[in-house]
Amino acid sequence: MTSPEFSRDPEGSAFGVADRALPSGSRLNESPSRRRRWSDASFFGVLGTIGGSYVALIVLMLVADACYTTPDHIINALKKPEIGYAFRLTVVSCSVSAILSLWVGTPLGYVLSRYRFPGRWIVDTLVDIPVVLPPLVLGLSLLILFHLKIGAWRLEDWLRDTLGFPVTYQIPAVILAQFSVACAFAVRTMRVTFDEINPRAEDVARTLGCSRAQAFLQIALPQAWRGMIAALTISWARSLGEFGPILVFAGATRMRTEVLSTTVFLELSVGNLEAAVAVSLVMVQLAVIVLVVLRALGMGTRA
Amino acid sequence: MIALDNVCLRLGDFQLSGISLDVAAAQYAVLMGRTGCGKTSLLEAICGLRKVSHGRILCRDEDVTHWDPADRQMGYVPQDLALFPTFTVREHLAFALRIRRAKAALIRNRVEEMSQLLGIGSLLDRTIFGLSGGERQRVALGRALSFHPPVLLLDEPLSALDEATRQDMYALLKNLQVRTGVTTLHVTHSREEARRLADRLFVLENGELRETEIVQDGA
Repeated sequence: MTSPEFSRDPEGSAFGVADRALPSGSRLNESPSRRRRWSDASFFGVLGTIGGSYVALIVLMLVADACYTTPDHIINALKKPEIGYAFRLTVVSCSVSAILSLWVGTPLGYVLSRYRFPGRWIVDTLVDIPVVLPPLVLGLSLLILFHLKIGAWRLEDWLRDTLGFPVTYQIPAVILAQFSVACAFAVRTMRVTFDEINPRAEDVARTLGCSRAQAFLQIALPQAWRGMIAALTISWARSLGEFGPILVFAGATRMRTEVLSTTVFLELSVGNLEAAVAVSLVMVQLAVIVLVVLRALGMGTRA
Repeated sequence: MIALDNVCLRLGDFQLSGISLDVAAAQYAVLMGRTGCGKTSLLEAICGLRKVSHGRILCRDEDVTHWDPADRQMGYVPQDLALFPTFTVREHLAFALRIRRAKAALIRNRVEEMSQLLGIGSLLDRTIFGLSGGERQRVALGRALSFHPPVLLLDEPLSALDEATRQDMYALLKNLQVRTGVTTLHVTHSREEARRLADRLFVLENGELRETEIVQDGA
């Protein structure tokens, strides 16, 4: 960033007179620059070592999994009808829970980002509770909620007998357990997304004749597209990893509420390490595929 | 056309009170004041984006103090323009009419008319990315005027522009006012803008609003 006045100096020095007063100026100038280069190199070295050690840990874990298993193990595991069922249920339940999370997370994130209302901080804190709560406790809380007796009334009985829609130890319990955690992440993601979108554009839209709903749907939501993809990805991934609440609230019944995370646990508990590792690798692949597909979708929609 | 009657606004730890002003139809009023004196908030109150704690806002002799911004029919150009990132220039010009469910042919004609008036006909199919400061300003003006509002509110519309573009914009703003007959309230801290544009000049100082004479160069 040398200004033209400096570069026109006849001595070719940026410091003109002051520089001429120091005969060894050029050497003085040389050593800080070498020191800076050395400092930059060590800076990147430290960054690389610290960051790289974590990346290496992830890669080594995956490599160890891959070394422990063979394609045959994976194929054999997937051929087992229970594991095939768990695979299909996982894909379906994670997708349903991710879509539900986005459906709830988008309006809630918008409200938390745009409006100041009494009790807002309470809502804000409550939304974070599923993130910090131990998973088993969350599952237990769901179980108690559905089975708490209020007089002679019980939520689970009412759903089963009146609506014909039993939840506990059924597939809806799997989805609800996944959703209750995944949605918290979707809300966070959408809130940050809307925080980064200029609310003035919605204000202007209202002066142009929009209702608040129209300003949200036509101005804010189209800008939130990438955040929505991110929220969908993170809720899908959280749902895939969900285990504790599912175990407590939905059980681990084979061919009924078994998802892949439960399979790993069940296979481990009977000492079938090959199948557990094979299923783990299937989960890794599933997660990578979803990440890549959604990321590609996000890139493709960048206007 | 537009009047403030003893308006009181609370802005964090200070307040504007007893603000009254009256701008007749087709006048170009400039409101001057230092940064942070509440000019922007006053403009937001007029277009309905900020609640007033006391007093009345009148537009065409109707009390609009508690009206929704959408019902006030005021064109508003905020300082940061707040263009819509997912819209093309054409969609900006058509938006207010589309919200009003105007017929497609009517929207097409209006977009054509506005783009010619503002000299942005060649930009219609572009998004706002890559537009120059002056072009963006024109798009924001077109968006605000597209639905024939009787009142136009401009918040520091020329502050981010270079000198040459600013000179063009003086001519454009004057021309727009003559061609459309829109009553304009233009907020600025620049004396030059006031001198070049104002029919009426108001100054907001120490929480009080007063009208002053427009000092012309060499006068």
